[in-house]
Amino acid sequence: MGNLLNISSSPHVRDKSSTQSIMWCVILCLLPATVVGIYNFGLKAIILIIACVATCMLTEFIWQKAMKLPVTVTDGSAALTGLLLALNLSSTFPVWMAVIGSVFAILVVKQLFGGLGQNFMNPALGARCFLMVSFAGKMTSFTYDSITGPTPLAIIKNAVKNGDTSSIADILASGDGQTQATTSVINMFLGNTAGTIGETSAIAILIGGIVLIARKIISWKIPVCYLATFAVFVLIFGGRGFDITYLAAELCGGGIMLGAFFMATDYVTSPITPTGQIVFGVLLGILTGIFRIFGASAEGVSYAIIICNLLVPLIEKVTIPVPFGKEGIKDGK
Amino acid sequence: MNNCTERLKNGIITENPTFVMMLGMCPTLAVTSSAMNGLGMGLTTTAVLVLSNAFISLLRKVIPDKVRIPAFIVVVASFVTIIQLLLQAFLPALNSALGVYIPLIVVNCIILGRAEAYASKNPVVPSIFDGLGMGLGFTVGLTLIGICREILGSGAIFGFQFIPEDFHITFFVLAPGAFLVLACLTAIQNKLKLPSATNVPGGDSSMACGGNCAQCTGASCVANKGIIEAERVAQKAAKAQAAKEAAAKAKAAKEAAAAKQAKGE
Repeated sequence: MGNLLNISSSPHVRDKSSTQSIMWCVILCLLPATVVGIYNFGLKAIILIIACVATCMLTEFIWQKAMKLPVTVTDGSAALTGLLLALNLSSTFPVWMAVIGSVFAILVVKQLFGGLGQNFMNPALGARCFLMVSFAGKMTSFTYDSITGPTPLAIIKNAVKNGDTSSIADILASGDGQTQATTSVINMFLGNTAGTIGETSAIAILIGGIVLIARKIISWKIPVCYLATFAVFVLIFGGRGFDITYLAAELCGGGIMLGAFFMATDYVTSPITPTGQIVFGVLLGILTGIFRIFGASAEGVSYAIIICNLLVPLIEKVTIPVPFGKEGIKDGK
Repeated sequence: MNNCTERLKNGIITENPTFVMMLGMCPTLAVTSSAMNGLGMGLTTTAVLVLSNAFISLLRKVIPDKVRIPAFIVVVASFVTIIQLLLQAFLPALNSALGVYIPLIVVNCIILGRAEAYASKNPVVPSIFDGLGMGLGFTVGLTLIGICREILGSGAIFGFQFIPEDFHITFFVLAPGAFLVLACLTAIQNKLKLPSATNVPGGDSSMACGGNCAQCTGASCVANKGIIEAERVAQKAAKAQAAKEAAAKAKAAKEAAAAKQAKGE
């Protein structure tokens, strides 16, 4: 009888989803990419993932205990941050550095700004950039199949910079000329190449991303606009004309898939308005294209997402939707 | 001489330019990548501060009020030029490490602030000690930040490396590390409740400075002083009024009781 009449003030939310269920669902959707990463990089990848997740959760627990705040470790957001950070690291990355990065992600980027929902940038990406600045050498040394070599993206970038006009497939097959690291676009799609633990396999990330969109945990707008804008940008400014293989390699290589589906769509640091999400995606695509094609490094996803995270309040301000029935009415007249 | 020691303590602890007043942020963030640079910058600023405070205090009755800021700037700029030439001649390594931040001492707000707030109103000796205290406070702040950044970022103190290269966190030598270290040290200062101007027990006002005007020498505080006086008077009046009312009530109750008693009799 007690549940027959439920008296509460608005909003009357009848959906069963909670922060907890959403976070654990995102973690489940990340599992395909995680499993491929572990399959590719073995025990080192497992140790890194466990270290990052455990440190993130422990940091959040200790901070909230010390500050006498309600402990929210079980909502899974800290675990998700740790998992995303680990997936963004090279498998040869030292564990103690990953631990420092995890502490930075939770303590500085998230908790100092007020915890979940208050952070102005994605904690995992903030920590990735912190580690990139601090330990650039370790962050950009990638090993696949016990061969240390450049990522496919770096190979392509170098070749294009040197004016190599042979086809992308040939460039990838010949590697960088010094090590035996050879690859192909198919390998980049499946994930059998050098790279960070979670970013190599485009197909595994796509599976997780499509599940997220199908279950309506994320909207299609940000990833689709992001990837489409980036594709157009690469075709126009890539310097290779309408080269589908080049486009496929750029889309499957580096962190763009992981970024588009799992980082850019973070609830806290992406716009809430539908128009804003489209603007956000387009901006991300343009910035990533600029960083990758005109920048010094072959990668640019993390910096593009962080810059757009900072622009979110502005984007939201100019894309406030007009309430139903107020269309065509201006300035309240 | 008691006034002089008070000025020293005021500059180093109570109104520490770096951690309490947040003045001179440009050199604080830019040159503290190592302890040596922080110390060098602090001592250079101290020298300029002492000399300019002394000189401006001497000239305080000569300088017309309307053109005092340009006059202060000319005095400060002269001393900065002298110090810069001396550094170039005798400490070329420090000079090249600090680079453009030495000429920029001219526009450092601590120096102009002390000239405006203290030296232009007080006799020479206390002004010298005020400059010395402020300068040493700045030096302590810069050196502390420099030590933290150097240990974390390059594994060394004053150039003596004791942590191997692999364990250096380059982040702290770069600009964002300066912000992080400055924020953490200020937070520690606030948490430990060091007896600074913003942490005094008498700070019962809603004003950001805490309303401790006895210790304050800032120019804007003159205006604040009136507001705080009014606040305190109003508080006192309200208290007195409440006491009066309570007394009146008690009296009335007593009278009523007395009347009742009288009736009962």
